[in-house]
Amino acid sequence: MKRLLFLLPVLAFVGLIAIFGVGLTKDPKELPSMLIDKPMPQFALPGIEAGGGFATAALRGQPALVNVFASWCAACPQEHPVLTRIAGEGYPVFGIAWKDQPADARDWLARLGNPYKAIASDLSGRVAIDLGVTGAPETFVTDKAGRVRYKIVGPISPEAWEGEIKPLMDRLRAEA
Amino acid sequence: MRRWRSGLIAALLAATPAAAVLPDEMLADPALETRARDISQQLRCVVCQNQSIDDSDAPLARDLRLLVREQLSAGKSDAATMDYVVARYGDFVLLKPPVEPATWPLWAGPFALAIGGGAMLALWLRRRGAAVPAEAPLSAAEAADLARLDGG
Repeated sequence: MKRLLFLLPVLAFVGLIAIFGVGLTKDPKELPSMLIDKPMPQFALPGIEAGGGFATAALRGQPALVNVFASWCAACPQEHPVLTRIAGEGYPVFGIAWKDQPADARDWLARLGNPYKAIASDLSGRVAIDLGVTGAPETFVTDKAGRVRYKIVGPISPEAWEGEIKPLMDRLRAEA
Repeated sequence: MRRWRSGLIAALLAATPAAAVLPDEMLADPALETRARDISQQLRCVVCQNQSIDDSDAPLARDLRLLVREQLSAGKSDAATMDYVVARYGDFVLLKPPVEPATWPLWAGPFALAIGGGAMLALWLRRRGAAVPAEAPLSAAEAADLARLDGG
């Protein structure tokens, strides 16, 4: 009994180390989204060229990806080929050009190709705040009802698309 | 030497913490601006995380400062303005975490540790006190010896 009491602080210490150890493997930049299972916030934004843009209602009817990007964003070129592939596989990808001059976004897409079904220009960054965006790129997965079901912080890797997001999209497609 | 010292003091006095609020962001109404500053100091910049949006030069922090001012100008209360930001970014944006079931361990933890540790220390001290054997009373032979020595 006495020996057990002596071990107690040691066990508490080991427990604390375990908690800190798990904490080290997590990325502090990845905040939990407040939007999961909530409807996408309402917005209606112009495009990066005349006649473009889209509103929240456009996301209804099919599962979609909403990708927050910018020509100034360092990790976006890395993610771009994956988005091109996703669009090529027939999954709609919507883009939100975050605090990007329309001309800069146009140049960027002219250089790399445009995987987006529609692009909304959030020049003031106000819609990004409504979405709880902390950086670019960030991607939201929405279901047929236009609810947010998942959020990816940072560039989508080919592995994440294959292993996680694509299966989720297929599940959402099968939903009533 | 004296001049050097007064120069140093002047330099230290000048080194007040710099806020990131730019003049073009400030509200004309000083009372509203004070409230905006107060709220900004309690909101975490989600890009740099350990700075408040009042301290941070990040573009997103600026956007949030402007948003706070916009909400206040529209007549919203301080609490409603904070809630507006929390609804979008979660409790994490509050530099001082709220007291709610999920954060009870956080708030109660230090007190629980202090009370638990204190109790263990008290227990240990008492047990150590008990462990010292009480002095045995003198045996009959010892008492007789003592009486003989006392008597001389």
